[in-house]
Amino acid sequence: MKLNRIGFLIKEGFGNIFTHRFMSFASVTIIVACLLIMGSFTLVAINIDAVITELEHQSEVMAFVDESLSEKKARALETELSAAANVREVKFVSREEARDNYISQYEDPTIFEDIEAKVFRHRYVIYLDDITQMTETVDAVRSISGIADVNDYSSIEEGFVTIRNVVSAISLALIVLLLVVSVFIMANTIKLASFTRREEIAIMKIVGASNWFIRFPFVVEGLVLGLLGGGIAFGLQWGLYDLVNTRIMTGLAAELFQVIPFQVLLIPVLSIYLVIGILVGIFGGNIAIRNYLKV
Amino acid sequence: MVNLKEVTMCYPGADKPALNELDLRIEDGEFVFLVGPSGSGKTTIIKLLTGEIRATSGELDVNGFDLQRIKRNKLPGLRRTLGVIFQDFRLIDNKTVYDNVAFAMRIVGASGKEIKQRVPYVLDLVGLSGCEKRYPPELSGGEQQRVAIARALVNNPSMIIADEPTGNLDPVKSLELMFLLQKINELGTTVLVVTHEKELVDAFSKRVVAINGGSLVSDGMDGYYSYEIE
Repeated sequence: MKLNRIGFLIKEGFGNIFTHRFMSFASVTIIVACLLIMGSFTLVAINIDAVITELEHQSEVMAFVDESLSEKKARALETELSAAANVREVKFVSREEARDNYISQYEDPTIFEDIEAKVFRHRYVIYLDDITQMTETVDAVRSISGIADVNDYSSIEEGFVTIRNVVSAISLALIVLLLVVSVFIMANTIKLASFTRREEIAIMKIVGASNWFIRFPFVVEGLVLGLLGGGIAFGLQWGLYDLVNTRIMTGLAAELFQVIPFQVLLIPVLSIYLVIGILVGIFGGNIAIRNYLKV
Repeated sequence: MVNLKEVTMCYPGADKPALNELDLRIEDGEFVFLVGPSGSGKTTIIKLLTGEIRATSGELDVNGFDLQRIKRNKLPGLRRTLGVIFQDFRLIDNKTVYDNVAFAMRIVGASGKEIKQRVPYVLDLVGLSGCEKRYPPELSGGEQQRVAIARALVNNPSMIIADEPTGNLDPVKSLELMFLLQKINELGTTVLVVTHEKELVDAFSKRVVAINGGSLVSDGMDGYYSYEIE
């Protein structure tokens, strides 16, 4: 294959973008719109998932030590608690610390400054690996000798799991639906674009062009349009995400819902958008002209 | 050279064959008119010769290619030995006259230097010197057909197939075009002209092959044909 032919075909591909500028514009717009719709929904789902994961991570079980045990004996329970199944981390909180924590919750610390530490129990804050197994873990902790009581929040944790499952199911269903719709719209746009070129392809065939010679400029064209679409969609997505993050997620909303900074998602989002853009461009272009190459 | 032996072509769903055991031989350097009414099988012959369709049965050789056994990836090679001209010109409207012709050379991998030498020569041969930078829609029908001829000629094909080349031209332009094709034939290229214009056939004393209903009804030399052209 001669270099001057490759150069000519690349030039043809770029030239076609400008020659058929309306269809190029339509193709890029469709790619951008589809990527933005799918991307936005995926980013919302990722953020919801992150919030739930964070909430799960913060979930804790409080185990109170029997009042009859000294602090030394209470501290000795840590080894046994840590060894229990599904326990990620164990943190001992003495009576004094418990009292201080309690007082610090109030704006005026003088209200309870006289409260004695002995009204509080030594306790352990236990973090779990998997909150879906909270009930089993609570039972195991409760059975340890020296543990008087355990706060059981399993009903709340079950709520988290339910929310996560529902969000995941809805997200997946919508993303699949949007993907199917996007592919359909893109395929039709490309089909329309290639329909206007069928005469040109027929002329190429009749003067003896091989299939790769005809296909190559379409591939170049698809690659460039796909890259352009992916790049524009990425830029718009970044702007949209930042807008939501800085303008809408303020005050209470920001406290309740911690948005993942876009900088964290930058590389994956850019890569995915460019790869999808390129794939749609190249495969779309190839599939669209396939029927016209059979002559 | 073209050699058709007992070629039959049946289109799917058709009542009768488009071509029925047709025998036709065209030697290198010949000038042949192919005449016949609409639906007689003229277009089917052209499609068979260019490898667009494959015959149902029979033997078909074109310029050394066995078209009954040719692989799909060898079709461009066959088509590069042919120059095809259509009634509707089939030019790429957004390319200049020069680029429309040069494009055919780029397809066969010609170098930039070869293209720069050959394209002006061919454009001069068809009388289009000075029109290089114009676009097809800016040209008259006759000029557009000349561009199509230049494109068909540029790769020095051994055969030119012209399908109703004068269909969109007035009588004077039609005659001019036929003289051009005759000139090309005199330079050694085989020419097959499909037409139903009696005046043109009568004006040139060439071999006339007439078909009707998919069968050969007349094959005469020096302008002779025993068939009434509609």
